[in-house]
Amino acid sequence: MTQTTVGFITAVLAAAVQAGTPLLYAALGEILTERVGIINLSVEGIMLVGAVSGFLATVATKNLAVGILGAAIAGGIIAAIHAFLSVSLKVNQVVSGLSLSLFATGVSGYLGKPIIGVPAPVSFKPYPIPGLSKIPVLGQMFFKHNLLVYGSYFLVAFLWYFLYKTRPGLHMRSVGESPRTADSLGINVNAVQYAYTIIGGALSGIAGAYLSLAYAPSWIEQMTAGRGWIAIALVIFAVWNPLRAMVGAYLFGGIEALGFRIQVVGATISPIVLKMMPYIFTIAVLIITTARSATYKTEAPQALGVPYERE
Amino acid sequence: MPQNENNIIEMHGITKRFPGVLANENINFSVSCGEIHALLGENGAGKSTLMNILSGLYKPDEGDIFVKGKRIQIGSPRHAIEAGIGMVHQHFRLVENFSVAENITLGMSTPRFRLDMTAIEDEVATLSKKYGLQLDPRAEIWQLSVGEQQRVEIVKMLYRGADVLILDEPTAVLTPQEARELFATLDRMKATGRSIIFITHKLDEVMHVADRVTVLRGGRVAATVNKKDVTSRQLASLMVGKEHSATLPEKDSLHSEPVLTLSGVTAYGDRGTIALDGVSLQVRAGEILGIAGVAGNGQRELTEVITGLRRTHSGTISLHGQNITNKTPLEIIDSGVSYVPEDRYGTGMAPNLSIVDNIILKSYRSPVMSKGPFIDYDAAKRHAKELVERFQVKTAGIHSAARLLSGGNAQKLLLGREISSDPKLLVAAYPTRGLDIGAAEAIRSILVNQRNQGVAILLISEDLDELIRLSDRIAIMFAGKIMGTLNRDEWNIEHIGLLMAGVLDVQDEEALT
Repeated sequence: MTQTTVGFITAVLAAAVQAGTPLLYAALGEILTERVGIINLSVEGIMLVGAVSGFLATVATKNLAVGILGAAIAGGIIAAIHAFLSVSLKVNQVVSGLSLSLFATGVSGYLGKPIIGVPAPVSFKPYPIPGLSKIPVLGQMFFKHNLLVYGSYFLVAFLWYFLYKTRPGLHMRSVGESPRTADSLGINVNAVQYAYTIIGGALSGIAGAYLSLAYAPSWIEQMTAGRGWIAIALVIFAVWNPLRAMVGAYLFGGIEALGFRIQVVGATISPIVLKMMPYIFTIAVLIITTARSATYKTEAPQALGVPYERE
Repeated sequence: MPQNENNIIEMHGITKRFPGVLANENINFSVSCGEIHALLGENGAGKSTLMNILSGLYKPDEGDIFVKGKRIQIGSPRHAIEAGIGMVHQHFRLVENFSVAENITLGMSTPRFRLDMTAIEDEVATLSKKYGLQLDPRAEIWQLSVGEQQRVEIVKMLYRGADVLILDEPTAVLTPQEARELFATLDRMKATGRSIIFITHKLDEVMHVADRVTVLRGGRVAATVNKKDVTSRQLASLMVGKEHSATLPEKDSLHSEPVLTLSGVTAYGDRGTIALDGVSLQVRAGEILGIAGVAGNGQRELTEVITGLRRTHSGTISLHGQNITNKTPLEIIDSGVSYVPEDRYGTGMAPNLSIVDNIILKSYRSPVMSKGPFIDYDAAKRHAKELVERFQVKTAGIHSAARLLSGGNAQKLLLGREISSDPKLLVAAYPTRGLDIGAAEAIRSILVNQRNQGVAILLISEDLDELIRLSDRIAIMFAGKIMGTLNRDEWNIEHIGLLMAGVLDVQDEEALT
């Protein structure tokens, strides 16, 4: 392999992590939400609200930590509305999620009006980790990124441990599998569903802020460009497992990154086709995973999307 | 104030109302230490409501509960568990995709964060050994038989230190042998000073296992008696309020031509595993062939291949010599097959449609029910009224939604619809499940009536007594296979029970006798 091919591949891999990180945050949020039995389809809208709120908070305080906090709170608020509709009022979760997504998209446009074209006063900058970033290929791929990317590594590891190795993790999974069982053993089903739906929304909010404060530091309307929907497909691809979500997110991120890079090296593929790639891939993944689940035992939480009522 | 020091539980004047129903009315109920107390009553008598109050799922509208002499409020299942009361529900409260040990530790408060599953698995193994309840703590629930799942439920409650164990119709899903094992476990638990409340409507179980019996009828206590002071006949009359005569019309043994013939039928279940494994059987005109077996051994799939709802992988199904294998449901209906499905509200009816619409769901294509391309609603209404009267269905009118019918009435209507097309074959899956005694008897006499008119009937039931009363022959299913087919003169409960548990196959029959 020539020097330039290696360089090209390494650059695509690094870009895959960069582009995959917002998908990863959003997918982790949706995994938490769906693990307690709630489908939240408003991820796209929540990401937009997170992006605009994070940007506004950063503009106001010039502090990125406040920006991320603002994005998480804003995402949590939208998700709390979804939790109220789904858990307390027991409305159809698909309808609630879809309408909230449209609502949140509208809110983001309204809030963002004054800041269109305003440059971010501060933004997340790459911070190569001494030592690790010198490893060939892997260093470039994983250890020359900003703090939010590093944060997602810890989050994946923590959530995996939390879900499968701790009591609160066992309890929250039982709520998504069999709320009746959880209820009969004294687990507060409604409280658990509220809590994780809101935390899930907060993570989607952070995913949005990653876009407006790190990936492309600015606010543009509709800047999520369908990533929220891709994140939802990713959850199915990942069979509700944080580790597999990480793999999936970088795969999707890689396809997005590849689209840009292929143009740069001057391949003769229509840029429109390249832009379609992540979405085509999403559809393909959904077809493959559903075909698989028809023949094997699916690992979807059994009570996903079913409102729980005591007999 | 509690009345007796030896009572671990006393419930005083419990009243519980639901919209339009008085489920429990001024009930007094007590359990003493180390006794097995049967709670007997028909469906709807208020047994489950009373026990759901004791286990914290419902709050009573009136009345007091004393546990170990102290008055307490049981606001939630957690309070009940803390007070030492554990309930094993009829439909198990288990997470299918979790292991046995995970299910048992679920809902506990310690350890608070990190779970050391190996330690918990060891504890579970020790505890289950102590009570002679064989369990593999690492197995996932969906891999276990129903009997094993019940053991998990019991160990779960013992693990929580329950002094009082409530079992809701625990034998409904067990083979006779598994039921006997359960009774032996209950005796062992009684010997350690624990108390057991046993909800049932089966008299023989009460006579077999209980020390005392409380009979509920219409939400009130009909009597509380010591078992040794009563006969099962007296209990039956306490339960239904009148002496129960359960004689069916005399049946003459017909030997006529086969209507339904299955040979070597194999089919897959929903999870892609073999559900029917080379099933061969025959149902003749004017006979009831009973299918015995623990639910989940291929009965549902059997009804579905016959009615065209599931693909037959290999083998043939024929009706009057005509091959109907993998024909569409419509072709099979037209060739004279009627079907009373297991899930009467889901598969049998469209619950939100009116009674009239449900009645014509299968016959709307016939010229009698149509005016050109339109439905002849006058004819449909006449037909619906006729069925409602003939089968004495209690309704709020034929235009009310089918979901508003009670279980018994829905089933009468469904069965009425199915036999009004003069079928040659009637496939009935669990037709009396969940019905009270009166309604169940009505359904049974309709079935026998049809049989006497020459209809071939395939009857699936998990109530062995029912099968023995109604069937001309009984075929026993286990793991997708027919373990044996027995005539009236050669069956006994013991033998059927062993076949249901898959213990013997046909070749070993001689060895048993």
